[in-house]
Amino acid sequence: MAQLNVNGTTRDFEAEDDTPLLWVLREQLGMTGTKYGCGVAQCGACTVHIDGEATRSCVLPVSALNAKQKIVTIEGLSKDGSHPVQKAWAALDVPQCGFCQSGMIMAAAALLKQKPKATDADIDAAMTNICRCGTYNRVRAAIKVVAKGADPKSAGLAITHVGDHAGSKA
Amino acid sequence: MDTQTRQSTGRRAFLKTSLGTAGGLVLSFYLPSAGAAEKMAPAAVFAPNAYLRIAAGGAVTVVCPFVEMGQGAYTAIPMLLAEELEVDLAKVRVEHAPADEKLYGHPLFGAQLTGASASVRGAWEPMRKAGAAARIMLVSAAASTWGVEPSSCAAAQGVVTHQASGRKLSYGELAAKAAGMPVPKDVPLKPAASFRLVGTAAKRLDVPSKTNGTAKFGIDAQVPGMKVAAVAACPVFGGKLASVDDSKARAVKGVRQVVKLDNAVAVIADHTGAARKGLAALAITWDEGPNAKFSGAEWERQLEAAMKGKGQMALNEGAYAKLVEGGARQVEATYVMPFLAHATMEPMNCTVQVRKDGVDVWTGTQAAGRAQAFVAKALNVDPATVRINNFLLGGGFGRRLEVDYIVQAALIARQVAYPVKVIWSREEDMQHDLYRPLYRDELAMALDAQGKPVGFRHRFAGSAIEARYAPMWMKDGIDTDAIDAAASPYDFAHKVVEFHPVETAVPTGFWRGVGPTHNTFVIEGFMDELAVAAKADPLAYRRAVLSKEPRALAVLELAAQKAGWGKTMAPGSGMGMALAVAWGSYAACVIEVAVDPAGQVSLKRVVAAIDCGQAVHTDGVIAQIESGSVYGLTAALYGKLTLENGRVAQSNFHDYPVLRMNEVPPIEAHLVKSGEAPGGVGEIGCAMVAPALVNAVFAATGKRLRRLPVEAEQLKQA
Repeated sequence: MAQLNVNGTTRDFEAEDDTPLLWVLREQLGMTGTKYGCGVAQCGACTVHIDGEATRSCVLPVSALNAKQKIVTIEGLSKDGSHPVQKAWAALDVPQCGFCQSGMIMAAAALLKQKPKATDADIDAAMTNICRCGTYNRVRAAIKVVAKGADPKSAGLAITHVGDHAGSKA
Repeated sequence: MDTQTRQSTGRRAFLKTSLGTAGGLVLSFYLPSAGAAEKMAPAAVFAPNAYLRIAAGGAVTVVCPFVEMGQGAYTAIPMLLAEELEVDLAKVRVEHAPADEKLYGHPLFGAQLTGASASVRGAWEPMRKAGAAARIMLVSAAASTWGVEPSSCAAAQGVVTHQASGRKLSYGELAAKAAGMPVPKDVPLKPAASFRLVGTAAKRLDVPSKTNGTAKFGIDAQVPGMKVAAVAACPVFGGKLASVDDSKARAVKGVRQVVKLDNAVAVIADHTGAARKGLAALAITWDEGPNAKFSGAEWERQLEAAMKGKGQMALNEGAYAKLVEGGARQVEATYVMPFLAHATMEPMNCTVQVRKDGVDVWTGTQAAGRAQAFVAKALNVDPATVRINNFLLGGGFGRRLEVDYIVQAALIARQVAYPVKVIWSREEDMQHDLYRPLYRDELAMALDAQGKPVGFRHRFAGSAIEARYAPMWMKDGIDTDAIDAAASPYDFAHKVVEFHPVETAVPTGFWRGVGPTHNTFVIEGFMDELAVAAKADPLAYRRAVLSKEPRALAVLELAAQKAGWGKTMAPGSGMGMALAVAWGSYAACVIEVAVDPAGQVSLKRVVAAIDCGQAVHTDGVIAQIESGSVYGLTAALYGKLTLENGRVAQSNFHDYPVLRMNEVPPIEAHLVKSGEAPGGVGEIGCAMVAPALVNAVFAATGKRLRRLPVEAEQLKQA
């Protein structure tokens, strides 16, 4: 029986040493918010924090970790969705299918912890996660909202309506 | 325009833009009836139709017949119902519809499918009527309680108020009584001017669960006693399993069973770690079969040869042949688009339990009814005993219209005594997709004496997906999707569309817009060539042949204006435009690029305009334009699937790259406000960007690209 510290709790689990952390989280510990996308650290859907660092859990053998290292998953980022990144995500309706979003949010949260005033260049360098729905621009806008402590309305996602048809105020 | 007229013209437009399915199917709209109430869970006190349940506490549940795969169905569809029901959208709970073709079949397809940018179009009337009928019954229940006329009561935010006395009853309080009220025959709908939800940027209903890890996708299914399987299918299409030595796999700790299928092997274990280790330890011998030497290059030669024969004449308007015989000058060009994988973020997966008394399936599917039917057939059981438990989809794009991964999981599960979750690796997913077909297009434009385009001939060859997937959708033996938008929206007196359906070893399937995405690319690239040849501005050139399509012209002009079309560009930079008319919508975009001397293309800006008729969820429309643009640009810049020795060469995101954050330009989407019937928006963004990109590359470099993807090699300066 081995132990991991996940979201502030010490958890017992049984897995072979070479099992990637991702699968231990999802299957042995039943926390499915962290996703499998590629298995080769290309897509970032499996991103978790290990001692505050964004880490791709699909290629990290569980034996590389000890029970003192603090693992945080999307389930543990906040108790109630109140982390600034989660709030910005909700304000801008960032997710579409949502499958990559746990990883995106964890990568963004780690970036903003390191660089609270993250710039576009910082975002480009840190946010290498893949999203097939193409939410990238909203991800960027949401990160900027947090970085600037700004009102989500200033994120430039306002909808432009053009023209009008008689009789409608929809 | 009054409501009635608006609805009837809306319906005509709806039918006109349908996918060519039998018109009679439209009559099969499921409207409120008593029968459905019996199927509802007991907690529902009031279930006037298959889409809606109201509990005694007032909780409103919308049973959504369309799946959520990112496109926003779980927001836009409940908006339609909530608009008429008069409830607060944020309080509506959304539930996946079970497999039931009769109750939840799409009117356009005659089947329970989510695709073809058709959900809002299919739901536009039935969901509003479902909400309105329920509201009428709730108001009747209140009026009857108070002994007043229903017309003296009003419903708002889940409460019925008797206006004269101010008495109020909530929907929860009224639910039980409403269930006994007569189902209204006449269900009038609000005029657009009274919409309070439709046409707004309401908050998506699925965002909270998608930001805290609680959203459940098929891959997250948890079933008591479940084990997990890793699977390898024959890498060569059409190949079979010859033999497998599983002695080493069985020795892996945690491995439970090795299961053989005709064309695959699965290792079942307590956990994925063990299953994958077991799979890697198998010694498999494949019988590669007749396609072992198949190559994509050879396939292209076969398509070219096939086009020398006679194709299916899908359209022959005017007298193109005579025009050419009469000596009209022709401009010709050949375009080629590659096979493409879908690469949804969530790899294919499915959990199945086969019991003596029935089968349970837990998965994310765009086609629950099809999944049920195909599993029943594969296991030789009564479809009524197969229950499809649908989940959120980690991307669809047409991939999850297919049920191959579901049938495979069922065939594995029937060999074991416990539920089993089969998860494909990314590699398996990439190499066992049903691919967007490779197309070859030969285009010709006949010009009149003044050089004006008057005759368009579009001949192309590729796979006819409908012939396999849903032959009943074909019209006169022709794949209606393949030829969708193939004639162009332009006003040419003579038009010919000739399709050469040719099949190959490579399985093909729907891929974000298939027909229109393919046809829009070749036509819009060709239009740009023609404009250049005529020394005309591409916008003016199109405008001259759009007099009969004012909505198309309007989006084109709008995109051009917002992009600053015509402004002077720096050397190595350029703008390109494209127009897409499909799925009942009109979209145009202008893309700005810069190309460096090594031939690397950087995307600078996408400016889009869309007229999708009445937008239901405005921010959802914008999000789909953003999404489609990124998906389409990814394909145009990187999408290249190569086939050698009967198998796909690419395997994961390192060799099948996709656009990432640092490469995505600002995308501006301008929504035209319109009262026309709603059009589809999920795919049109994808269709419009590839041609605008190659046209922009031409403007930047003078190099015309007629083959996707755009590769630096093609653009490198000598």
